[in-house]
Amino acid sequence: MQYKDYYKILGVGREATHDEIKRAYRKLARKYHPDVSKEPNAEERFKEVGESYEVLKDPQKREAYDRLGAGYQAGQDFSPPPGWEGGFDFRGGGYTGADARNFSDFFETLFGGARAGAGAGARRGGAAWRTSFRMRGEDERVRVPVTLEEAFHGATRTLHVHTSPTPSSGRSAPHTRALKVKIPAGVTQGQQIRLAGQGGPGAGGGETGDLYLEIELVPHSLFKLDKRDVYLSLPVAPWEAALGAKVPAPTLSGKVDVTIPAGSQTGRKLRLKGRGLPGDPSGDQYVVLQIVTPRADSDAARALYERMAREMAFDPRADMGV
Amino acid sequence: MPRGQRIAAAQGLLLDRRLALTLAELCDASGLHAEAVFGLVEHGVIDPCGGSPREWRFPADALRRLKTVTRLQEDLHLNIEGAALAIELLEEVRALRERVRALEALLGE
Repeated sequence: MQYKDYYKILGVGREATHDEIKRAYRKLARKYHPDVSKEPNAEERFKEVGESYEVLKDPQKREAYDRLGAGYQAGQDFSPPPGWEGGFDFRGGGYTGADARNFSDFFETLFGGARAGAGAGARRGGAAWRTSFRMRGEDERVRVPVTLEEAFHGATRTLHVHTSPTPSSGRSAPHTRALKVKIPAGVTQGQQIRLAGQGGPGAGGGETGDLYLEIELVPHSLFKLDKRDVYLSLPVAPWEAALGAKVPAPTLSGKVDVTIPAGSQTGRKLRLKGRGLPGDPSGDQYVVLQIVTPRADSDAARALYERMAREMAFDPRADMGV
Repeated sequence: MPRGQRIAAAQGLLLDRRLALTLAELCDASGLHAEAVFGLVEHGVIDPCGGSPREWRFPADALRRLKTVTRLQEDLHLNIEGAALAIELLEEVRALRERVRALEALLGE
């Protein structure tokens, strides 16, 4: 088990006053709230901050924690000294109201004393709690990376979901379970799929929470997405753009032939109706033309360019007055 | 994961625009009492179609909004007005971030 430096987590000194601790906590709780923060480890940080505040706001717990000494480094291997809890009784009252289900082993070892009876009731601070409260399990959220191809066609995914111990299983270790889930065609960025009853276990006979999958579309090497519309930058030769042509282009549903109108320029957008992500209505695919010039790396190629330069009256900067 | 372990298949519900939840379904999915939902409707946090609570139909994103507001209220000790304002701003930030991401992707060609 690793030692946790609660002062460091809150960014305050060991001599900080109660008000300073409260201010630091409130600020960090807002910063790392999982609904607010975009940082990948926000949820973990938020829990850590809550756990630190739970200890440091309570004079008795803070004093006990301080007695462990400042000699430990965060993350250092830790086991409670002999006679721990001497003079204090945390049993049955380890938590004062914060949602303590996710507190660390470090916290539980120090303050979660009455776990002898095991079960979620005990984890919340004693058997009395267990018999007098029923509590629905926590809803859990998991980000699921989905490729554009999967979003287009739909997919079946096997997820490995981290599960907390269930109330009936006592102090069993968290484990991972596999869950097969259908990702329907047409999902978009940030959309959620609710799996009822697949979240955290309830306490005191309460219902299990739900599991929410949040779709995270993975960037694609060719296609860009704007809502349900798909954008593709399509390289074309100067003569294809000037004379018009029929050229192949990739879409999420496979190759299609695209007609390039004569006289096209770079940036021209061609719409392939209904070739975007499926939905109601379905998106479109936009092909954005990108004229690519061949290199003048042979005598013949150079001669062709030189002939164009001589014979074509063309000034691409005519509008600039230069 | 031990070899040969049975993989449970879970039936998911995609929360998209086409879905419309009744008050009872919303309460069931969120674990909130109807009174709490009334409060959120009154404050414009969620916006049902239909005249009376019996006829109300909530778009699926109501569930997300409601859960976010509830978490913000509980975790940050916000009142309902503060949480309602926070979620409006958060959703605007989210929409703008997505827009920026899409535009950056298009420009980055």
